[in-house]
This record gives sequence, C-alpha cells and structure tokens, in this order.
Amino acid sequence: MSARVGVVLFPGSNCEQDVIFAVEELGGSGEILWHGDDNTKGVDAVIVPGGFAHGDYLRTGAIARFSPVMSAISEFAAAGGPVVGICNGFQVLTEAHLLPGALQKNAGLKFLCETVELRVETTSSVLTNAARTGQVLRVPINHFEGNYVCDRATLDELHAEDRIVVRYVDNPNGSLDDIAGVCNAGRNVVGLMPHPERASHQILGSADGVVMLRSLLAACRVPA
Amino acid sequence: MPAFEARVDVQHLPGIADPAGATVERALPALGYTKVTHVRIGKTIRLVVDAPDAAQARAQVEEMCERLLANPVIEAYEVTISELVPSARVSSERVP
Repeated sequence: MSARVGVVLFPGSNCEQDVIFAVEELGGSGEILWHGDDNTKGVDAVIVPGGFAHGDYLRTGAIARFSPVMSAISEFAAAGGPVVGICNGFQVLTEAHLLPGALQKNAGLKFLCETVELRVETTSSVLTNAARTGQVLRVPINHFEGNYVCDRATLDELHAEDRIVVRYVDNPNGSLDDIAGVCNAGRNVVGLMPHPERASHQILGSADGVVMLRSLLAACRVPA
Repeated sequence: MPAFEARVDVQHLPGIADPAGATVERALPALGYTKVTHVRIGKTIRLVVDAPDAAQARAQVEEMCERLLANPVIEAYEVTISELVPSARVSSERVP
C-alpha cells in the first residue's frame, strides 16, 4: 500500500496539484484536504502547499490557521504525524504556532523567483531522513515574504536542538542565519520556503527535491 | 454596557524590512522633499468593543493583538481606546 499524503487546499493555494503530481511520481498517493473539513481523512502525512491562503489578508498565513482543517492538522502533528509546509505553507505553520519564528519581507525588497542551493543541515527530520548532512540541493524559491526571523532565545534553541533543517548556500532573502527551513522539537513538522515539488524531475531543471519528498514518504512508515 | 472604539496601530518592529516605507522614502525626494527619513508604513485597525470600562476594553483588544491582529515576532502594536459617545440626538431622546 502506498503512502497517502494529504495536501491542504485553502482558497488561494496554488501549488497543490504540483505537490500531488510529485508525490505520485514517487509512488505515493496524493489527495486534497479541503480547508473547511475538520479531519485529515486518515492520511499518513500532510503537506501544506504554497500559494496565497485566504489571500494572505492581514499577514501571510494569519487567517489560514483558523480553517477547521488546521485544528485537525495540529492534532495530527501532536500525535507525531509528518507535516510539511512549503512556502506559504511554512508561513501558515508559523502563524499556527506549529513552528517558531516568522517570515518577513525579503531583505532585497524584491519578489524572488529563482533556483537556489540549499545545504542539508540535519538528516533527523521527516523531510531529510533520506538525504546526507552537507548535501547541496538545487531547489526553486518563489516568494516575497521568505526572510526568516525569530528572537535570540528561539535561535539558540534551534541551534542547541539541531532544528535548522536546510540553509541557503547563498542567502537570497536576508533570512536570519541563512535559514531556509526548520523543524519542531518532535522533528515531525518541517517548514521551508523552497519548493521541493518544483525540483522533482530533470525536465523541471532539477530533481534534487526528490530526496526530500522520498524522505517524507519514508517517514510515513507504510509498508510498500 | 458602554461601547469603546479601539484604534490599533500596527508597525514593523525595528529591524524588520518595510519595503513599502522604503519605496515611499525613495520617491519623496523626486517631489523636492529631500530631508525625509525613517518612513515606515504600518496599518491601522479600528474596531468597536462592548466592555464594562475602558481598562477591560483595552485588555480585550491587547489580547486580540497578541493572538491575531499583530504577529509579536515581527510587529509592535499600540492600542488607543476611546468611549463611544451616543450621538447627540439619541442622547437627547433619552433625557426625560
């Protein structure tokens, strides 16, 4: 049985089909979790995809956290279920307090749409368990608010607990400590600004995102 | 219960990028305003809340700021509370 990955659809999400396509290319099965549903349909993992959930009104991700599905995802995460937020999904997870910190506007004040290099900093997360520490991955970014920030105490905690999952090799957006992605204390919730699903096949210019998605499928612990 | 109007001024914390403010600051010299610095653009949220008194109205609005209206990681907020006075006509009708 293949791993079932639920992909959240908010009004304004726009990467959900790309994520489902990439997951299914790797042998998983993807299905939409409607934001108004109050459950996660028994999936093995959840991806909160990119886009502009609820129009990003007030702040990016601020309103999305009130969607009924987010309560279900919080419970799923608390029970150890793998949850990954990509781009806007990362912003949603920080606003939902599933991940620390916030994403502010890029330091260069420009919307960035380019392929960047990421360095895997820990393999102890649901998104990197199949990668190597120090491995460099070419993955696209596509954001205006991707500049990670948190207070000093939080940064110290991230360092002490090895919770910075990926860093930018060449920081494109001013993120604190070159942070591109972090995980929670349980290491089962990961958020990152780059889009692994857009680097899931050579025809897209890079297949380096595959190792991340494979990690997530492996974290599902579903017999193949 | 009296009604209070709250005005919430949300601004980026110092050190947090403010591209809108920076763009306006760069535009002003073109109009001859060459001595302007520190342009910051935030947002104002106004709302009316029923509460027993101004202090409790403020406490409620500050809680809303912490939980939704502002993101304390990147934003600072300032709350101004003023009691909503019923319009003159309504109050004169109430006078016996």
